[in-house]
Amino acid sequence: MLSIEQKELAQWAMEHALNQGCQEARVLLYQGSDTEFEVRNDQLDRLQQSTERQLAFHVFVDGKYGAFSTNRLVKDELALFINEAVEAVKYLAPDTDRKLPSPELYFSGKATSLQLFDDTYNQIGPDQKLDLAKETAAEIFGTDKRLLSVQSNWNDGCSTHYLIASNGFEGEQAVSYYSLSANVSVKGKGEAKPEAYWYDQALTYNDLIKKNIGKEALRRALDKIGQQKAPSGKYALLVDNLNSARLLSPLLSAISGSSLQQNNSFLLNKIDQQIVSEKVVLVDDPHVPAAFGSRWFDNEGIATKHRPIFDNGVLKTYFLDTYFASKMGMPQTISGPSRLVLMPGTRTCEQMMGGVERGVLVTGFNGGNCNSSSGDFSFGIEGFLLEHGHIVRPIAEMNITGNMLTLWSSLQEIGNDPRRNNAFQIPSLLFNEVNLSGS
Amino acid sequence: MNNASRPSLDHFAVSEKDLRLVLSAALEKGGDYADLFFEHTFNHSISLRDGEVNSTFSGIDYGVGVRVLAGDQTGYAYVESTTLDDMLNAARTAARIASSSLTTKLPPFAWKTPATNRYPVIHAWEEVSIGQRIPFVQRVNDTIFALDKRVSKAMVSLSDSVTHVFFINTDGVMYGDYRPMVSLTATCIMEENGVFENGRAARSFRSGFECLSEQLVQDIAKEAVEETAIMFRAEKPKGGEMAVVLGAGGSGIFLHEAIGHAFEADFNRKGVSIFSDKLNQQVASPFVNVVDDGTILYNRGAVNMDDEGTEGQKTYLVREGILTSYLHDRISAKHYNSLPTGNGRRESFRSAPLPRMRATYMENGQSTESELIASVKKGVFVTSFTNGEVQIGAGDFTFFVKSGYLIEQGKLTSPIRDINIIGNGPKALADIVMVADNYSMDNGTWTCGKDGQSCPVTCGMPSALIQKLTVGGLH
Repeated sequence: MLSIEQKELAQWAMEHALNQGCQEARVLLYQGSDTEFEVRNDQLDRLQQSTERQLAFHVFVDGKYGAFSTNRLVKDELALFINEAVEAVKYLAPDTDRKLPSPELYFSGKATSLQLFDDTYNQIGPDQKLDLAKETAAEIFGTDKRLLSVQSNWNDGCSTHYLIASNGFEGEQAVSYYSLSANVSVKGKGEAKPEAYWYDQALTYNDLIKKNIGKEALRRALDKIGQQKAPSGKYALLVDNLNSARLLSPLLSAISGSSLQQNNSFLLNKIDQQIVSEKVVLVDDPHVPAAFGSRWFDNEGIATKHRPIFDNGVLKTYFLDTYFASKMGMPQTISGPSRLVLMPGTRTCEQMMGGVERGVLVTGFNGGNCNSSSGDFSFGIEGFLLEHGHIVRPIAEMNITGNMLTLWSSLQEIGNDPRRNNAFQIPSLLFNEVNLSGS
Repeated sequence: MNNASRPSLDHFAVSEKDLRLVLSAALEKGGDYADLFFEHTFNHSISLRDGEVNSTFSGIDYGVGVRVLAGDQTGYAYVESTTLDDMLNAARTAARIASSSLTTKLPPFAWKTPATNRYPVIHAWEEVSIGQRIPFVQRVNDTIFALDKRVSKAMVSLSDSVTHVFFINTDGVMYGDYRPMVSLTATCIMEENGVFENGRAARSFRSGFECLSEQLVQDIAKEAVEETAIMFRAEKPKGGEMAVVLGAGGSGIFLHEAIGHAFEADFNRKGVSIFSDKLNQQVASPFVNVVDDGTILYNRGAVNMDDEGTEGQKTYLVREGILTSYLHDRISAKHYNSLPTGNGRRESFRSAPLPRMRATYMENGQSTESELIASVKKGVFVTSFTNGEVQIGAGDFTFFVKSGYLIEQGKLTSPIRDINIIGNGPKALADIVMVADNYSMDNGTWTCGKDGQSCPVTCGMPSALIQKLTVGGLH
């Protein structure tokens, strides 16, 4: 948590910028700390600890705009930095769309706690953290002759953001987080050394799953032994809940103001149009207590709210902050998603698999990209070949290729299994058909 | 700023006496080595959107990282100040990695200076106003619009930074470095019959303001327009296994992903790389030579000294087809009883160094590019890339092809677009059947990610023919 003195420094920085000739300013003070223990096989391999602070400020000078940041928070140095920043902005061309948000859009309620910070955070000692990392590795170390290496990681941290703006915004949010993970390498067929990971993360210590992380990572690695390409062709595509959000990302990029304003989006001029399967009901749900991604306000101070993104496949929202809304002459929404929820279906990934005659279950992506203008994509994948509802064998070294709009229009079913403790609640997804390039 | 004013202890307001105290604290739990990495970075960028340079960013980052080694184990902590108390706290945190009675006496400190400065600066960025930077950005935009009437939007940005580094370790080594970097990037959007396409071009160098020139402006604008224009005619090919001719230059991403990461010695030390048991073995044809080089003047991947006190150098990974060296940092070099190769790099003082690539390239062969293409009945010729990835243990690598051409019966035919290519490192290396004589370095804004750390790198190669890779496409 930030002290009164630290907040006063942010307020002083804003006042100083205004005194130097800025008409408007916004200041963000960030403070964070982080601890990590990494265990390899049966011994500690790395420990790392850090604490950091940063002051970032946005200045608006005679219709001109600049953003600045520094971790040198001594007043004299800060004053000099701000003075130079204000002078630098004066060289730019004016951009009348650069401005602070209208104050009525700011979050101004008396917020109840979103329970994002663990009150017991400072009570968890380093020995306890290291023991958990060691126990995770010990779950599997020495248990299987095929195991080449296990690396387990404990990570925790906390951060506080304090945001103020010269037209009347002040807000603060503190978050804590914990994660426990395992990475496993095993001896495969021939020279291959398949690797896999598993993890859990939580906002509070008590909510973190601390058992079977290592075992699950080992199971996933062993399942990969014998990976081979499948023949090229068209296949049903089932993507597990660890990887399904990857296929949503290009759609989110395409509805961001930055892409839209530059005509660099395959979802330009698509608001209120049905563009994906009517099964897609996607909402931004930012006020769920004790949930990753929840927040009362965005990076401009704009109040977040429950917001439909896709409603039965119809696009309802562009992510437009003050600048891009003004530039595009459209209503302002929010700078980006907070906590996305794709309305789940009723069946598990395994149950959906049972209905696949010929398909692939994707359990990992390997590179690839999506063209932001066209939505054309091509991704490397690994996973399992499916026939008659069953896993036939592990597969790898293949690509799926297509177009995002075609893919999402072919969505057949959404699972009921979003991973807990993720800001994006995206279950397993089953698509009718995709181009698979293999042998 | 030039070599004569490289940062010293004064820049970070620390004394040799204080540094001895901090290093002693770092070893007080029995660590066998410690180093301090001081860093002070000034970043600037200006951006053009809709025809005018209308936003800027500046940032300052300052701090010191303390690393303690106990055998292969690492303790690391950093602070954003260089007061003695803060540094001592960080040192005592990092020291906890060790628990032995080993005591190490600190030797006298001595400055280490590389024989050659790989990024000498004539016109330092600190002396350049935003007003001097703006015309280059504006001219890239104006040239893009002048080159093709279909251009509807352009975004251009110029980013520059200077980093002052001071390093000291318990071996008594001290060095200072002054690291400039500049990147000029353009994105072009064109519209034709209601269809939009995008293309991008960028150049990046460890250089001062003097590297900006009219030629650079023209090169970037022309490439951004050409990269965009070709997309209107390009289509996704039929996918599957086929021959791939890698065009000269940016195809070096193949080396970076297919073998570069797998040759980083930390993965091999842990036994998880598919190349772990291949040292001194034939892994490619005798005409294949692959280098990782930190000595190329002004190159984005150049290092005078790496981030743990080893001089930048040129390292042959594959010589005449034989795997001759891994890429080492201090820990892995000790493990392999080998000398460090100057690959111990880190994103900033916030991270401990790891074995990282610098400029990775293949040396020339003796064929010509036209001979390579003529020898292929069915395949693709790839020239423009965006990103890549690798799975170290399985050896499966990918790189995304923004554009290229089909090869049919030994001739380039239709342009192709937006396909991922995937292969297996050892197989692909062994499948290089021809290498051309047209080596070219790609000076784009390549940035390598590993363990959450980003490092500037480059890649390059002559055109090369790989017998078989899996090309994404339609069916």
